[in-house]
Amino acid sequence: MDYKAKEKVYEKILLISAFISVITVVLIGGFIFTEGLPIIKKVGLIDFLLGKEWYPTKDVFGILPMIVGTFAVTFGALILGVPLGVATAIFLAEFAPPRVSKFVRPAVELLAGIPSVVYGLFGMVIVNELLMHIERTYLANILRPEYQRGYSVLSASIILAIMILPTVINISEDAIRSVPHEYKEASLALGATDWQTIYKVIIPAASSGIIAAVVLGMGRALGETMAVIMVAGNTVAIPDSIFAPVRTLTGNIAIEMGYAAGDHVKALFATGIVLFVIIMVLNTVASFLGKRGAGQS
Amino acid sequence: MISVKTSQKIAKTALWIAGFSTVAILILVIGYVLFEGLHVLSWDFLTENPRKMGSKGGIFPTIVATIYFTALTLLIATPIGVGAAIFLTEYTRDGKVTRLIRFGTEALAGIPSIVFGLFGFAFFVILLEPVTHGWSLISGALTGATMILPTLVRTSEEALKTVPVSYREGSLALGATKWQTIQKVVLPSALPGIITGVILSIGRVIGETAALMLTLGGSLRLPESVFDPARTMSMHLYLVAMEVGTKEATEKAFGTATVLIITIFIINSVANQILKRFIAKSS
Repeated sequence: MDYKAKEKVYEKILLISAFISVITVVLIGGFIFTEGLPIIKKVGLIDFLLGKEWYPTKDVFGILPMIVGTFAVTFGALILGVPLGVATAIFLAEFAPPRVSKFVRPAVELLAGIPSVVYGLFGMVIVNELLMHIERTYLANILRPEYQRGYSVLSASIILAIMILPTVINISEDAIRSVPHEYKEASLALGATDWQTIYKVIIPAASSGIIAAVVLGMGRALGETMAVIMVAGNTVAIPDSIFAPVRTLTGNIAIEMGYAAGDHVKALFATGIVLFVIIMVLNTVASFLGKRGAGQS
Repeated sequence: MISVKTSQKIAKTALWIAGFSTVAILILVIGYVLFEGLHVLSWDFLTENPRKMGSKGGIFPTIVATIYFTALTLLIATPIGVGAAIFLTEYTRDGKVTRLIRFGTEALAGIPSIVFGLFGFAFFVILLEPVTHGWSLISGALTGATMILPTLVRTSEEALKTVPVSYREGSLALGATKWQTIQKVVLPSALPGIITGVILSIGRVIGETAALMLTLGGSLRLPESVFDPARTMSMHLYLVAMEVGTKEATEKAFGTATVLIITIFIINSVANQILKRFIAKSS
């Protein structure tokens, strides 16, 4: 084979490797939709999405409790994690002396590297025990007995908040750092203090990047499975309190896939479709925000 | 109304507290796990078979399975990831094709691991059962490979972009073909960066659990071939803590968690060392 033909072959091989990601996304979509759509048709989209009952053995498939559960723990995680994450990002980008950031940055990196099951174990043993103690000591008269076991929306939110910290910190920090120096210098030259500069100039300029960080953190929280199963209690019921045990969409799949059969398996794939669609919408929003942020600076 | 000076002080203090809280959380999580887990570690714990579903004995087969699974996953994913990165940096200008590939890679990065699990179950475990023998190391590794692909593509791309254009021009000017230039000039210069990316994705592979619950099988027997089912350390931790759940089992789970954390710590340090040298050399 002459070298020109060889070059062509290499280029083709590389092109195929590059397309594997695209092919995989299509395959993932294809498989979960073919496996899951029939049951959605059978149950009816509205009944599937808004049904409050989930009795797989009686062919009753409604996933509203899991949808509400997923969003409850996700928003809980954002409420707890975003302020801390963004503040840490501002600290790292604007205030931290090199000696300190040399310490904080590897910590954030390590936080990102800890496997989710380890967070789950920590949550089970520390967060849940602590919550249970608080619930039984101070809230025993107010809460139902099922709500006094620690396994709850709150504990899942706490663990997820820790898990999304690295995403929120890293992307917000990048956004803050990409604000042109002139903005900051001009503001300081006008006599503004560091803090005035940060919240009147830098944060507004970095806002689309920070929002993208929050959206990506949200994606991470929505998709997390193992840690949530280990701390949330997994009861199928719409949570009516932050102390209520809760089951998420991801948890629903992971817990029941092991023993499901027939239509039950299809219903779990259908749960996957809902998750897939939510994540795709979220990613589109994030990449749109990312592009807008990049266009501004 | 608080004065400008006071608000500056308050804000600065709050931001310092935030920075330290982040570190404190890390120390709390790692510290607690090590505190509960270090005393479980022993030579026997690492080299013995688990007994009574993991509440007694060691974790030997899960360590072996983790190594096999990680190696197999990287073996499948690395060539594809690096190939994709070469294509994106060396062969295309921004255009429709690149945009489509980037969209695919980004979308893949955002998909939750349990959805990968469903896909791996339907495709590798059920449809390709005659080839993969159902729940097996190879089914798990194929699923895992698709999961780390985006990270590999991105890190390799960044490494390739740090290679100066002048290197390529020099090589091409000497009459080398494009592929020769890539193979002999570009790849060797980008290698440390690519290796760092590969090492960092080891961390992700080791920690993965949800997708493996649906594809790897979870058997505690020592896998003898890639077609055998297996159980990694992360899966073992979950199954022991959740499905056995006794006090003894929780202790063993902390032991497993400690092994995982130490492994991740070593991986991060090695990757950082390589990256540091790489940056020092290339600047």
